Amino acid sequence: MPIITRGFRGHRSGDDERLPPGQYLTHDFPVLSTGPTPLIPPEEWSFTVTTETGVRHEWSWTDLMTLPAEEVTVDLHCVTRWSKLDTAWRGVSLDVLLEDVETVADYALVHSHGGYTTNLPLEDLLDGQAWVAFEYDGDALTSEHGGPARLLVPHLYLWKSAKWVRGIDLLLEDDPGFWEQLGYHEYGDPWREQRYQGD
Amino acid sequence: MVRSAWRPAALVDRRPETATATTLVLQAQDWPGHLPGQHVDVRLTAEDGYQASRSYSIAAPTDGDRIEVTVQRLENGEVSPFLADDLAVDDEVELRGPLGGWFVWRPEQREPVLLVAGGSGIVPLMSMIRVRAGTSRAPFRLIYSVRSPADRIYAAELRRRSAEDGGLDVAWVHTRVAPENDPRPPGRLTPDDLAAHGWPPDFEPTVYVCGPTGFVESVAAMLLATGHDATRIRTERFGGA
Amino acid sequence: MTATYDGNMLAGPLSDVFAVEVTTATACCGGCGRNSTVAELAVYGPGPGLVARCPGCDDVLLRVTRTADSIWLDLAGMASLRLPAAGG
Repeated sequence: MPIITRGFRGHRSGDDERLPPGQYLTHDFPVLSTGPTPLIPPEEWSFTVTTETGVRHEWSWTDLMTLPAEEVTVDLHCVTRWSKLDTAWRGVSLDVLLEDVETVADYALVHSHGGYTTNLPLEDLLDGQAWVAFEYDGDALTSEHGGPARLLVPHLYLWKSAKWVRGIDLLLEDDPGFWEQLGYHEYGDPWREQRYQGD
Repeated sequence: MVRSAWRPAALVDRRPETATATTLVLQAQDWPGHLPGQHVDVRLTAEDGYQASRSYSIAAPTDGDRIEVTVQRLENGEVSPFLADDLAVDDEVELRGPLGGWFVWRPEQREPVLLVAGGSGIVPLMSMIRVRAGTSRAPFRLIYSVRSPADRIYAAELRRRSAEDGGLDVAWVHTRVAPENDPRPPGRLTPDDLAAHGWPPDFEPTVYVCGPTGFVESVAAMLLATGHDATRIRTERFGGA
Repeated sequence: MTATYDGNMLAGPLSDVFAVEVTTATACCGGCGRNSTVAELAVYGPGPGLVARCPGCDDVLLRVTRTADSIWLDLAGMASLRLPAAGG
């Protein structure tokens, strides 16, 4: 049994009903990183969806800018226990990007510049649940937060919202990503506190 | 099953060092002793089972079961404000250590030593300075970079030791505010500071650099550029800018 | 941003895994072949886990996470890890 340290509470869990279990509220925007921050000029950025049959769909930055963008305000929940409420983003819905992609895949493996990956069910990228976001709080997304563009899937823990996103592979079978290989949950629903495998 | 390496430790004393740094004296059962430069992990467990742990450099020589760490309070930190402000004498935490075998100085080392500290990066280097007194005649030079005179940790002891410990030289670099009579204007540590207060590379000193990540990387690059051998530069980064 | 920490801070988390002090061990990068003392690796984290990269080429050499009941360790990026042997 660990020794209890008298009076230690850690960051206090808030009683805000918008906070999932085990989370605390923060007002700054912590930066978590698994490697050096990639610096990608927008003109060199592209986004590729590759289907289970190998068909590639690619968008340049200019292509992305011509697609209809949405402004969304969402809550972020990081598995390291901080949550940030009412964050404002602008981006292109995955519904738009995947509209003409023919697939029977059930799973998606997201790839980032720098080698990061994360997996999730394809259906969680659809129906207004996910965006390729390129503006935060009215400004171009900074590189430390994933700019020029990151995935935004706010109903799952934030490690699924891959920074510096460069593409998505659509797969018939689930393929674990960077943290999912190391014991983190394959789905990661903050409201069911799915932090680790088996939660 | 994983062996549990955590041992209980009780606070026996605390001393303020600066407005934001506090030395904690902890007593841990069966402490095996440690080398200067080693650190401990401190783990705190809340009543609901929540745990947080952080690494802290050991500040003082082996003294039975007593371990001294100096904690810099970080704004919005989860652990350091609690340790610096709230942990009371007799309260218990858990310790894992002593840890690390690379960023250490051993009294058997005969070569000259250059210590370069940024902010609270002084802590493991102070442990080396304190162990040296009475065990070694290796010549030591310390270059200590702080924002202002008020941010000097162990200021009085360093002043005393630079006068009394033969073969210890201490030089200060102030980055924001310098003392009135200081001929050096405030500013970041430069290659000129290293040349003026360090050792020439052909003396083959071992150099220990500890501080925030950006500080350590900039000092290490300066040392390499002036001809110090990479194998004699030992660095420890504790995060931040 | 550059690495938050270096391999010195792996000493505690890896003391649960290795019987010997691991930060003085030598890691050979599987990507570029560079030998580095574990203490000198570029370390990112601590959450969700610790990621240690080659200071030469930034390839991932080591990842370690701690979940509710397990320690997860990935050394796949290393060609070898040379540890000091007791009594050697």
